Amino acid sequence: MSKPRLLNREEDTAPLERDLLVRMHDLMVKARVLEERLIQMYKQGHGYFWIGGPGEEAFNVPLGLLMKKGQGPAYDYLHAHYRQSATMLALGEEPIGALRQMKNTASDPYSGGRNFAGHFSKRAWNIAPVSSPIEVQYVMAPGTALAQKRHGGEGITIVTGGDAGTAEGDFASCLVWSSRPGTELPVLMIVTNNQWGISTPAATQHGETNVADRGRAFNIRTKTIDGNDPVTAWRELKEAMEYVRRERKPFLMEAKVSRLYGHSSASGANMVGGELDCLVRFEERLLADGVLTREQMDGVRARHTEEIAALARQVREEPLPGPETIWNHIYAERK
Amino acid sequence: MANMAQAVRMALHYAEQNLGVTDIFGEDVGAPLGGVFTATQGLKTAWNTPLDERGIIGMAIGLAMAGQRPVAEIQFADYIYNTIDLLKIAGNTCWATHGDWNLPMVVKTPVGSGIRGSIYHSHSFDATATHIPGWKIVIPSNPLDAYGLMISACQEINPVMYLEPKALLRIKGEERIPGEPDDDKLLSKLIDAPLGDRSQWQPQWPAELTGYAVPIGKGKVVRPGAQLTVVSYGRTLPLCKKAADDLAAEGVDAEVIDMRSLWPYDWELIKGSVEKTGRVLYVNEDTEVTNFGEHLVRRTVEELFYKLLAPPRLLAGKFLPGIGLADTLEMASVPQQADITAALRALAAEQP
Ligand SMILES: Cc1ncc(C[n+]2csc(CCOP(=O)(O)OP(=O)(O)O)c2C)c(N)n1
Repeated sequence: MSKPRLLNREEDTAPLERDLLVRMHDLMVKARVLEERLIQMYKQGHGYFWIGGPGEEAFNVPLGLLMKKGQGPAYDYLHAHYRQSATMLALGEEPIGALRQMKNTASDPYSGGRNFAGHFSKRAWNIAPVSSPIEVQYVMAPGTALAQKRHGGEGITIVTGGDAGTAEGDFASCLVWSSRPGTELPVLMIVTNNQWGISTPAATQHGETNVADRGRAFNIRTKTIDGNDPVTAWRELKEAMEYVRRERKPFLMEAKVSRLYGHSSASGANMVGGELDCLVRFEERLLADGVLTREQMDGVRARHTEEIAALARQVREEPLPGPETIWNHIYAERK
Repeated sequence: MANMAQAVRMALHYAEQNLGVTDIFGEDVGAPLGGVFTATQGLKTAWNTPLDERGIIGMAIGLAMAGQRPVAEIQFADYIYNTIDLLKIAGNTCWATHGDWNLPMVVKTPVGSGIRGSIYHSHSFDATATHIPGWKIVIPSNPLDAYGLMISACQEINPVMYLEPKALLRIKGEERIPGEPDDDKLLSKLIDAPLGDRSQWQPQWPAELTGYAVPIGKGKVVRPGAQLTVVSYGRTLPLCKKAADDLAAEGVDAEVIDMRSLWPYDWELIKGSVEKTGRVLYVNEDTEVTNFGEHLVRRTVEELFYKLLAPPRLLAGKFLPGIGLADTLEMASVPQQADITAALRALAAEQP
C-alpha cells in the first residue's frame, strides 16, 4: 500500500491527520449503523417512533469531537435537537443508550423509557435534554451561555436545530439575546439545513438566501458551510468554536446536510433518493487518497454492525419501567 | 408595616445575600424602574431583558441548568401565555430526564384584577398554572406571607411559580416582617427609590432581615370558625376574612383558610375544617369553567360527601373573554365583597 496522503481542502495548508480521519470515519460508520439499527427496531415493532440523524454524520461527528466535554460552566453545553446521535457517539457515548431509549426500557439512560429515540440528556456532559417542541433549545442557550460568560474560562454553549424551525420566534430570541452590545454571549448557533421541514421544501418557507444571513443584522459572525464534508466541518467548527471561546461572542453557522431517511418513522423511515450520502462520499475520498482500503472500511462497518446487533438483542430482553415509576422524579429531592 | 411589593423586594434582597439568587430579571425589572410594581427596586442582581417573554423563561431555564439561581419576572400574567410550552418543559425536565436535571428557578408574575387593568392586565393564572405538573405554585395574600413564600421559593430546587395578586401589592400588612423597621416612613425612606433621578440612589436594606420562610404546601387558618369553611387565596382572601368578620354579627361563625400554596396544597387543613363545619365555599377570581376551585369541589365531594351538610360551592370569576375597563364591568366580572358575603350567608342558611 502506498503511503497514505492526508486529506486537505484545496485552499488550506495544514492537512488533517490520518488518525483523525480514520477516527471520524469510524464514528460516522458507527452512527450510521446505530441509526439503521434503530430504524430496524422500529420496523420490527421494538419501538414506537424513530427520528434520528443519518445524513448528518459528517457534521455531527466533528462537532462532538471538538466539544469540551464535562459538567458545569467551565465546559461546553450542548442544546441539541433530535438528529444528533453522531455527536453523542463522538463525545464517547455508548450506543446501547440509544437502543434502550428506542425500546423504552427502564434502563434507558436518557429518560427511563419516557421519551422518544434521539431525545438525549446527560447532565454529566452538559447535554441539555432534547425536547420535542421545535426550536425551544434556542431560548435556553443564552441562559447557559450567560452563566459561562460570568464563570470565565473557555466553555461555550452550542445550540443546534433544523432550518424549518428557524421560523419559530425562539430562533430570533437567540439572535437578540446573544448579541446585545456589551452583553454578547458565547453561543455557537448552528442550523443544520437539510432543506426540509417535514414535507415542506425550504424554498417555500424561507425568503432569505441563506439562513446564516440572518445573523448579519445582529452583527453576529456567520458562515454557511458544506456539512456533508467532515473535513470542512471539522475546520469550520474549529474556527468558529475558537472564535466563540476567545471572543465570548456568538457565531451563527449554517451547515448544509442531507436527510437520508426522510423526516422520521412518521414518513416511513426509508432511504430516499437524490440526497448526497456524506459517508459514501467520504469513503470514496479516503479510498482515492489511500487513507483506508475498501476492505478496511468494510471491516469497520461489519464490526459495528455485529456489535450493535448484539446490543439490540440484549436490550430486547430488558424490562420496561414498572407502572408505579410514573410517580418518580416529578420533583427533584434534596439529597 | 411593609406593603407586599416591599416585602417581595426585601425577600429578594435577603435571597441575593444569603440564598444564592444570582439573577432577578425581566422587562423593566432592573434600574431605573425596578419593576412596574416596584417589587425589584434596588436589587443588586436585577437586570432588564429584551421585551421577549419566551426569551425570559428560556433564559431562566438555561441559567438554572448551569447552576445559577434565577428569579424571572413576567410583567403581567396575561403575557405569560405565549410561554406555555416552555413552562411545560420547565415542569417536565426532571421527570423527562428521569431525575437527571432539576431546575431551581422562580417565575414571578402579577395576577388578577383590582387595579382597573382592563382586558390584558387583569387575568388570573391559577387554573392554568395548576394544570402544569412539575411546578410548585404559591400565591400570598399579605406581605408577611409574600416574604416567607419568596424565601421558600428561592430555597427550592424545583421550579416555583410565584403569583402576586396585584390588587394587594400596595397594601400594608398587619404583621411585621421579622427584621423590618417599626417605622413605615423610615422603611420607605430606606428602600423605596426616589422619584426623578435615581442614578445615584442606593437602597439601605434593613440589616436584621431574616430567612423567615413560609413552607410551600402549608395553608393557614386566618379566622377560626365552627359553622362553615371558606377557602381562598390571593386578592379574594382578605375579602373572605372581612365577610366572615361581618357575618359574625349575624351569628354566622365562618372559618377562613388561606391556601397560600396551590401546588402542593394543604388538603389536610381543608379536610379537617370541612369535616368540622360540613359546609364549604371556595373563592377565587379566575374564570369559573375548569377552575382550580372545581378540583377542590370534586375532591370535597369524593372524600367528604358524608360529612357535608350542604353542597360545596365555588364562587369564581365569570367565564368571560376578559375583564372590561369600566368599573361596573370589572365589578360584575369577578367576586366582590358583597358577592362573598351573600354566598357565605346563603351557604350558612342552606337546609337539606
Ligand atoms: C413547535 C413544534 N411544531 C411542530 C412540530 C412538529 N415537527 C416535528 S419536526 C418538524 C419539522 C422540523 O424541520 P426542521 O426544523 O428543518 O428540522 P429537521 O427535522 O428537518 O432536522 C415539525 C414541523 C414540533 N415538533 N414542534
